[in-house]
Amino acid sequence: MSGPLVSHDYVEVRDLTVDFDGFKAIQGVDVTFLPGRLHFLIGPNGAGKTTLVDALTGLSRGTGSAEFRRKDLLGMKAHEIVHLGVGRTFQTASVFEKSSVLQNLDIAAGMHRKALGLLLPRRTVPERVEQVLETIGLAALAHRPAGILAHGQKQWLEIGMLLVQDARVMFLDETVAGMSADEREGTGELLRRIAGERTIVVIEHDMDFMRSYADFVTVMHAGKVLAEGTVSEIQAEPRVQEVYLGTVAEVGSNG
Amino acid sequence: MSITTSDAPEVHGAEPAAPEAALSPKRSFRSDLVRTYGPLLGIGVLALLLLVWAPGSLSPFRLGNLGKYCCWALAAVGIGLAWGRGGMLVMGQGVFFGLGGYAMAMHMKLEAAGPGKVPDFMQLYGNGTMPSWWEPFRSGPFTLFAIIALPAVVSFVLGYAILKRRVKGAYFAILTQALAVAFSTLLIATIKQTGGFNGLNTFTKFFGQNLYDPAVKKNIYMIAAGLLIVCLVIVWQLYRSRYGELLVATRDAEERIRFLGYDPANIKLAAFVVAAIMASIGGAMFVPIAGIISPSNVDATASIMLIAGVALGGRASLLGPAVGAIVVGYGQTTLSEQFPTQWIYFQGGLFIVVLLFLPFGITSLLPKLKELASRRRTTGESAA
Repeated sequence: MSGPLVSHDYVEVRDLTVDFDGFKAIQGVDVTFLPGRLHFLIGPNGAGKTTLVDALTGLSRGTGSAEFRRKDLLGMKAHEIVHLGVGRTFQTASVFEKSSVLQNLDIAAGMHRKALGLLLPRRTVPERVEQVLETIGLAALAHRPAGILAHGQKQWLEIGMLLVQDARVMFLDETVAGMSADEREGTGELLRRIAGERTIVVIEHDMDFMRSYADFVTVMHAGKVLAEGTVSEIQAEPRVQEVYLGTVAEVGSNG
Repeated sequence: MSITTSDAPEVHGAEPAAPEAALSPKRSFRSDLVRTYGPLLGIGVLALLLLVWAPGSLSPFRLGNLGKYCCWALAAVGIGLAWGRGGMLVMGQGVFFGLGGYAMAMHMKLEAAGPGKVPDFMQLYGNGTMPSWWEPFRSGPFTLFAIIALPAVVSFVLGYAILKRRVKGAYFAILTQALAVAFSTLLIATIKQTGGFNGLNTFTKFFGQNLYDPAVKKNIYMIAAGLLIVCLVIVWQLYRSRYGELLVATRDAEERIRFLGYDPANIKLAAFVVAAIMASIGGAMFVPIAGIISPSNVDATASIMLIAGVALGGRASLLGPAVGAIVVGYGQTTLSEQFPTQWIYFQGGLFIVVLLFLPFGITSLLPKLKELASRRRTTGESAA
């Protein structure tokens, strides 16, 4: 089943269906998220992108299977999925506003701490947290409350929180929405840097951003996978242009 | 006030008066020290007042009253942890105050009755036989153990059931409030076993000591005030620990905590149990000082009075809940002496005013005043 891959650090979704009281938000989706590439998940509003991620991270119930490290994510609780190495961000950045940037990262890094260790104050900054502060470019703001961060910085902090946890799979939900051009570029470079061995799945509306950074694209429409491939393959796909006309026409014209 | 340290110098140019830009590492180290150990200084001042000044200057009657306030303050410190830091509006802490209080009262009742004898009220209301679950409370050590273990077990079971079902906000508050109502109703209904509406009173001894001896009374006060200080130090350590940071984060964004791999219910449960134990210790010390524990000390009204003190003092601050509880207790005594019927309206009014205008209590005034003063100073400097 794993084919040529030795590692099990990839997510294999088979026949995933999410049913909201009779409304099938997702219907029989098959998709595989492999490590080491930036995998973009695109599609019009209501295509089921976020629902797919919700089902894989324990936020909503789905049927079918979603295998990661020989376990089925669909039957697991949200915090258990995180312990397995699958993390996510949310459309609206949700950092702990009153806690400092450092505290935010420290809390994220603390997932594996023993309960008794929690009773002591933090005396030094864990090495991993320090590295991540550098990686996400927020070292200078480490002691500021996260609430004062700019929109883009909050999203980076969220990514940083997944990094300190050493999440093997990251689902990033519309991370660059509302970002300035510079922030987008910064985010794209950041994702390239951290991709490495990780599986990074980016839900995105921004076609320019997708074109610049996507290694692989899955197009969703009406709860189903419409097409998969590289950016150029997707742009050439007639079915995509048919159903997803406006945006893809734009993709084609710009690309 | 969203000036960041990095852009402050650029924004203000050569203006040296900008406080953020002028932060030298030395000063920030000092302010770190103040932030960490400043609260401990506050606890120290409170300890001096309660353990040195008060016993030396107050009349035995006033000292006894202050002892009662300290007991309420013990419960309030726990509420500060659960509500202020944990976001759980615990409206039924009277239940745990009552568990500790009744455990202590049962022991003292049995001590007053004498070895092998049955408490007086059981002969009065019943047929003079004692329920078997009273028997272990003849033992002093067992009673002390029960004062900690009873609320711990009860709050763990209740908290587990409530928090794992993700009950929160107003529903959590109403549920805990209902528990207090049920608890006091149960006490009133079981007059043969618990003394009913009258509660348990007329004690003579406290662990072998004569309860009418002024020196013993003073010692009991010292124990209550000392326990309050100990609990404040425990809470101080909790607040500065990683657990404290985690608890605040859970309060502010519970779902986020779940997606960082924690179970928020467990984090909140720990605070809920610690709060229950502190309330129970307060209740236990209340009995020898007040000489009585009755349903009216543990019912919904009593629970709300505890909440009012915490809200007044500042629920998220370290000293606020304790100071608030003492102030409300003092206000209740003095004002209710002069205006016995209007006091309750005054208390309700104060509660509303505080929540409307000072949602974080009187202790939140301090940083506000400090900020105001420093702003005035900097504007004064830049004008000069």
